[in-house]
Amino acid sequence: MNEEGAGAAAERNETARRLMVLNMGPQHPSTHGVLRVILELEGENICAAEPDIGFLHTGIEKQCEALTYQQAVTLTDRVDYLANLSNNLCYALAVEKLLGLEMPPKVQWMRVLLAELTRINSHLVWLGTQALDIGAMTVFLYCFREREDLLRIFEMFSGQRMMTSYIRIGGLALEPPRGWEAMVRKFIRAFPSKVDEYENLLTNNPIWLQRTKGIGHVPLEKLIELGVTGPLLRAAGLDWDIRKAEPYSSYEQFDFDVPTRTDGDVYARYQVRVQEMRQSARIVEQALDGMPEGPWKADAPHVVLPEREKMKTQMEALIYHFKIVTEGFQVPEGEVYQAVESPRGELGYYVVSDGTSKPYRVFMRTPSFGNLQALPAMIEGGLVADVIASMGSLDFVLGDVDR
Amino acid sequence: MNFYLLTVLKTAVVAAALLTTLAYLQWIERKVIAHIQIRMGPYRVGPHGLLQPLADVIKLLTKEDLIPAHVNKFFYMLAPFLAVSLALISIAVIPFGPEIEIGGTRTWMQLTDLNIGILFLLAISSVSVYGIALGGWASNNKYSLLGSLRSAAQMISYELPLGLALAAPLLMAGTLSLREIVYAQSGYWFGMIPKWAVFQMPAPQVIGFLIFLIAAFAETNRLPFDLPEAENELVAGFHTEYSSMKFASFFMAEYANMVTITAVATTVFLGGWMAPFPAEYGSRLVPTAVLGLAGALALYHGFHPLRPRDRRTLPVVGVVFLVLAGVFLLPAVQSWLLPLFWFLAKTGALLFLFIWVRGTLPRFRYDQLMRFGWKFLFPVAVVNLFATALLVALFG
Repeated sequence: MNEEGAGAAAERNETARRLMVLNMGPQHPSTHGVLRVILELEGENICAAEPDIGFLHTGIEKQCEALTYQQAVTLTDRVDYLANLSNNLCYALAVEKLLGLEMPPKVQWMRVLLAELTRINSHLVWLGTQALDIGAMTVFLYCFREREDLLRIFEMFSGQRMMTSYIRIGGLALEPPRGWEAMVRKFIRAFPSKVDEYENLLTNNPIWLQRTKGIGHVPLEKLIELGVTGPLLRAAGLDWDIRKAEPYSSYEQFDFDVPTRTDGDVYARYQVRVQEMRQSARIVEQALDGMPEGPWKADAPHVVLPEREKMKTQMEALIYHFKIVTEGFQVPEGEVYQAVESPRGELGYYVVSDGTSKPYRVFMRTPSFGNLQALPAMIEGGLVADVIASMGSLDFVLGDVDR
Repeated sequence: MNFYLLTVLKTAVVAAALLTTLAYLQWIERKVIAHIQIRMGPYRVGPHGLLQPLADVIKLLTKEDLIPAHVNKFFYMLAPFLAVSLALISIAVIPFGPEIEIGGTRTWMQLTDLNIGILFLLAISSVSVYGIALGGWASNNKYSLLGSLRSAAQMISYELPLGLALAAPLLMAGTLSLREIVYAQSGYWFGMIPKWAVFQMPAPQVIGFLIFLIAAFAETNRLPFDLPEAENELVAGFHTEYSSMKFASFFMAEYANMVTITAVATTVFLGGWMAPFPAEYGSRLVPTAVLGLAGALALYHGFHPLRPRDRRTLPVVGVVFLVLAGVFLLPAVQSWLLPLFWFLAKTGALLFLFIWVRGTLPRFRYDQLMRFGWKFLFPVAVVNLFATALLVALFG
């Protein structure tokens, strides 16, 4: 570069905008975990944004390789700790596909019911925190009131509130407890009116509309390019739901709608998720009404532990019990990809088996990771306050991002 | 009585009352918000958490007073002091009641009556932005800086509509002294409707009152305008780097501002200590009736308790209320207790509104707040002022 050019460059630097770099996170009240976003600010306008992930990396995918197939179920809870049963379900379906197991109808329906309750649970946490981020503190506590009921239901089923591990390979972990139907029905009867309560506080609130309408807009093509799935995509106008597109666990027997909007902004995502809660409640009601009779685990003695009584009286059952407990069950060689619609979008488990009782590789295609890619596109050019709104509408779980 | 002694006594009473109010306002806010949000609120320290404010004060006093190395020490120390002292000073010109006589001494229920009372209040509220701006700047922290910038812009923007809204009732009262303003609102239309500024002819200040209230929310940094300390965006805003008593000072300043601004609203728009309907319709009996009813309810629930602990706590509350109800019937104290009751009732209702709104609404965004202030509130305030001026000139 000649001297004249260098001088011009220096002059440009002097007149260039002076930007303030703000590290939002990893310790920040509304990064929903430990996300760090590097923001370049001019005043309060955002010129550039870069999410920096990895603060919650626990190596779950790698840990799965050290455990037997059934043991690894407990790890899947911890990936997306707000939608633990969706993760259980996805992993179980993938391994069952490798094993060639067919689930009895009761197991399938129970799984649907639990997955939908999980969706409601996850959406409640999302709605509460999103509202809290925008300053509506009360909605948060209302949402957590209902979430508490749900956690009690999960505890009733599995003995755990969050890390339930209730959906296992080959069926369910335990027999559904006595009185579960009444408890779930009581919750689901009251739930639509509770959603009305949240909507009363937000849907037509002018401040809420101002803060969410037109904010964080990303066109549909861009979202697809970035690998975004789930409610974000549906809020931008694409009617894509794996429960409808590739039904699993007998979702095809349920009657429900896939809510979509075309605006692709924070408000559209809010509407889509609120409608999804109502639809989930519909599915749960159908599952309650039509719950088939039958066993709660598959008829696969080489995978599922035998009943205690049989184990004590029958030689064959004792042998199976011993084999499963000591070395786990072998899974035929092969690889499989199974996707489910988790509350956040397409959740996929890619499981590779080398014929032993431990997985060779478990790859998790987690929705939060894909969705987080859209964050810069949403917030660049906006204001600091919009970062919070957009981040809330992404509804990511950092455990799900970092695995 | 000696003038100086009297002044010192009055100041002591007002200061003690104000500081207690600040502490308990925070308790009330936590309780009210908690009940809006189906929680219990403070419950552990003392019965129904009544000693919580005391515990908070002790906690804050005994916390380590941390001064980060990267701050500008002088302004960092000055800011909380400035904030709290300016917030506390405005109460000096607020009239709580008329002239009274206690033990042969006649005195006004007001610390001092400046003939430019309103201007004094506006001046103080303008200066008080320095506490926040300096605090944020001296902290040398990006979040604090953003918070204090927002705050400075917000407070200056909303002071205009606030001042203009205040100017309109002044036109009708024709004075700047707060005491005179209250007297200008005495009396009743048709012997029924009070002549408060919000109802006063020829230009009822309903719109002015609403503008004042909205601007007051912004001036005191309360939801939906609490952007300077929007914790979800700016961690804690301008007081991110403050701890111990310095933090408490900012906290106290916010509540003191709230008390002051509601007291001003009461004085200028709601007729100060004037009763909402004349004595001949029994306005003297209202405090007794309200307190008596509350006491009776508490007693009833104390003897039919829903929870075991109510058996012990509620009868005490009931008896206290009933005694208070009886006190309001004594002719000796009625002359000063009744005006005080009405003043506190109106101020308290407005404070409750502040808390209620906090439990209901989300937060504005910075630019929306500015747009709302300049493009809506300010023009409306100007129009209101001109309309009032015109009406006063034609019919006043």
